Amino acid sequence: MDSINSYLFISSMLFCLGLFGVITRRNAIAVLMGVELILNAANINFVAFSKFNGMNIDGHIFSLMVIVLAAAEAAVALAIIINIYNNMNTINIDDAAELKR
Amino acid sequence: MADLVFWIIAAVTIMSAAFVVLNNQLIYSAVALLFTLFGVAGLYVFLWADFIAGIQILVYVGGILVLVIFGIMLTNKIKSVRISHKSMQQGVGGVVTFWFFIFLFIALTKAPWAFSDAVEPVGTVREIGVLLLTDFLLPFEIISLLLLGALIGAAVLSRGES
Amino acid sequence: MIENPMITFPLLILFLPLVSFIVLIFFGKKLPRQGDWVAVGSIVTTFILAVYLFVQMLTNYDANFSHGASLSWIDMGAFKIDLGILVDNLTIVMLLIVTLVSSCTHIFSLEYMKGDVRYNRYYAYLGLFTFSMNGIVLADNLISMYMSWELVGVSSYLLIGHWFEKDSAANASKKAFLTNRVGDIGFFIGIMLLYSAVGAFTFSPIFDSISGGEAIAGMTLTLAGLGIFMGAVGKSSQFPLHIWLPDAMEGPTPVSALMHAATMVAAGVYMCVRLFPIFTADALTVIAYIGAITAILAALTAITQNDIKKVLAYSTVSQLGFMVLAVGTGVYTAAFFHLLTHAMFKANLFYCSGSVIHSMHHALHEAHDHDTDPQDMRNMGGFREKMPITYYSMLISTLAIAGVPLFSGFLSKDAILAGTLAFAQQNPGHFLLPLLGFSAAAITAFYMFRLIFMTFHGKPNMKNIFKDIHESPKEMTGPIVLLGALSFFIFYTLPNNFNPIKDKGWFKDLIVPRNSAVPGSLTANEISEYAHHAHYLAMGLSLFVAAAGILLAVLMYQRQSISAEKLSEKFGFLYFWSYNKFYFDENYNRYLYQPFLRLANSISWLDWEFYDKYFINGFGKLTKLFSKISGKFDYDGIDQGLVDGFGRVSAVSGNFLRNIQTGRLQNYLLFVVAGILVIIIAQAF
Repeated sequence: MDSINSYLFISSMLFCLGLFGVITRRNAIAVLMGVELILNAANINFVAFSKFNGMNIDGHIFSLMVIVLAAAEAAVALAIIINIYNNMNTINIDDAAELKR
Repeated sequence: MADLVFWIIAAVTIMSAAFVVLNNQLIYSAVALLFTLFGVAGLYVFLWADFIAGIQILVYVGGILVLVIFGIMLTNKIKSVRISHKSMQQGVGGVVTFWFFIFLFIALTKAPWAFSDAVEPVGTVREIGVLLLTDFLLPFEIISLLLLGALIGAAVLSRGES
Repeated sequence: MIENPMITFPLLILFLPLVSFIVLIFFGKKLPRQGDWVAVGSIVTTFILAVYLFVQMLTNYDANFSHGASLSWIDMGAFKIDLGILVDNLTIVMLLIVTLVSSCTHIFSLEYMKGDVRYNRYYAYLGLFTFSMNGIVLADNLISMYMSWELVGVSSYLLIGHWFEKDSAANASKKAFLTNRVGDIGFFIGIMLLYSAVGAFTFSPIFDSISGGEAIAGMTLTLAGLGIFMGAVGKSSQFPLHIWLPDAMEGPTPVSALMHAATMVAAGVYMCVRLFPIFTADALTVIAYIGAITAILAALTAITQNDIKKVLAYSTVSQLGFMVLAVGTGVYTAAFFHLLTHAMFKANLFYCSGSVIHSMHHALHEAHDHDTDPQDMRNMGGFREKMPITYYSMLISTLAIAGVPLFSGFLSKDAILAGTLAFAQQNPGHFLLPLLGFSAAAITAFYMFRLIFMTFHGKPNMKNIFKDIHESPKEMTGPIVLLGALSFFIFYTLPNNFNPIKDKGWFKDLIVPRNSAVPGSLTANEISEYAHHAHYLAMGLSLFVAAAGILLAVLMYQRQSISAEKLSEKFGFLYFWSYNKFYFDENYNRYLYQPFLRLANSISWLDWEFYDKYFINGFGKLTKLFSKISGKFDYDGIDQGLVDGFGRVSAVSGNFLRNIQTGRLQNYLLFVVAGILVIIIAQAF
């Protein structure tokens, strides 16, 4: 608990799970959830390094920024997904391939 | 005691995250994400980051997760709660991400970290506030503009053609 | 440079006729009156400019008067050609001659060539000729002189062959051109010899390095000088290349006056005068002999000719021989003086003959007689009353050419004969030169008066056309009167000498001989000193021979107290030699052309039967075989194997790689992650 390795272990686990989700999921919302996991993993790293670097608050500021970005990204992504659904009646990423044709 | 609590929180976080990416029911995934986010907030507490932990719960659980559940509801038929969604290339993806994790693990265990210890602060809120309005004023303003833009964009996008 | 009229005016004189040529050759047919006014206007302008230059020269009255300008044409480091003009007294006098005679010809032709089929082309070619002649006159280097030299040859070719429908005219133009080419080759060799030794084309550096005596001397210089003189032999119609000039009379008579009497044939003499400093003593001896032989041979030939223009043509050759003789004996200013006076009276003689021929032609036309030769003197006689202006003008010029005092020819011919006599006095071995010179002078007087008597005196030989003979119109008599007047001595001895037997005057003062650049030759002063000593003897002798020649002509053709027929019978072979022009053409034909043609034929046989059939065709076959093999290799090996193989490899690899491009975002992401893994592995191990 007092070593940084445990936190880094957890965050890397979280990152890989999020990556796995992004790679494997077909549903756009599920992909989005994978992205959230990756962002959380990054946040944990920021805060962990902040603590073990003499409680440098800069890391906290960064994670705050990331949280704000995540919120903005989620909002825009969900708006796009709902638009895609309205137009194509599906939210499978594979089906949204209009440009390919 | 604290160690035990830490590992329990860590286990909950990892397990629920695994559930998020492996489960076939979208709505279950969303609920499992809730636990993951709470777990991460708990980890923040262990990292003496009380403000970030609060923000985590406030924004993620209160905002993003609700948004995700709304999204799920809006894009599926309400009557069937079991919204199934299939996964693809799970085999290859699993192998690749597993090896990716192995390498990360090797890297972080072998890295010669050199850290200085620090005294636990009374609270981080004050310091964060001061930093945001002094050193990080410009990024703060830019990120707020970005948030505003995203808000307007999301609103415009979801309003549709009308 | 632009502000200096002594440079700009000569340039204008040079290029105005060229402009006229370009305008007329392209647009002549469309202009009113076929554009003759363009040609006449431009040439009269050049004449006025030349007169201005001449007046400038006279007011300056400076023997060393000289201007020059040049521009760099080719500059390749070591090899450098500058084109430039040189304006000194010699140039100005020559420009005046050229533009004056050219203007007269243009005006004379207005009437003479009226209604000709190629009227505009005729005037265009006259412009081209005047341009190139001025080019020779103004050149300050051998290259531009040579270019103009060739252009003169071309315009001569074009104008002799003006009536190319006539076979004789076409042949004559070809003959003139080819004969000139023979001389020009020598000219070119001479230029190259000089250039290879001296490394310059411009006159003054050449003279400088010759007088230095190190760059070129002795035999080489003699050869170079003779090569350059060969150009003059061709152009000035000297023995043995004199055969083209009599034939060139096939051209229109004004052209004969302009080119084949006054200017173009004088170009060779002008060139010799210009380049006099480069001739060695040996070269000058050769030149003197060639001149003397030409003078006597042509004079002898002229005695028996019946065509009025042929007589004048041989007379021209003979007079040119005199000029070349003068160059050879060192009194080259006398040669130039004779060039000047000869240009005036010989051009006038040709105009007068043109006037007579014109009138004969009309009369024959009236009588519907198209077989009689209008140029044959045997058909003339007694024209004196019908054509008084032509008669008196021609008489004056004849007196001039015969060397009678009061007239210009006396002064110049006397100067030449004095120089020749002085040369023989200094070198007694060369006694033949004055002998030939004086004989030629006597014969000249004789045959010229024969011409006058046969044409204008006596009884009309063709009474049926005599009533239609009449004086020519003003366009023709104008130049005749002008040039006839210029045969008087007074125009050449102004402003301080009115003595008809002394040759002092502006010419003598302004055209002074220069020293030869060749080390060890006589200085100009020595030469004129010797000539001065011989002067009175020469004058007496020349007066005597002129009188003898005229007297003989009077006796034979006016009084007819000596029968020409009996005399010709007595000297039978001489008569036939002269009548047949010493069989030059026949001998050239037999000993030069025919063997050459046979050689050419056999070579062409060799070329065609042997070289072409076996060598060239063999190569063709070999090439075909090679190309077949190479084609097969090309198609089967390169095309099918290499090129198509590349295509196939591309297609296969493309088909394979296409599978990766699924269009699925997540596949790509997977590849990215896998790629990062590979990089990590590569870095770690």
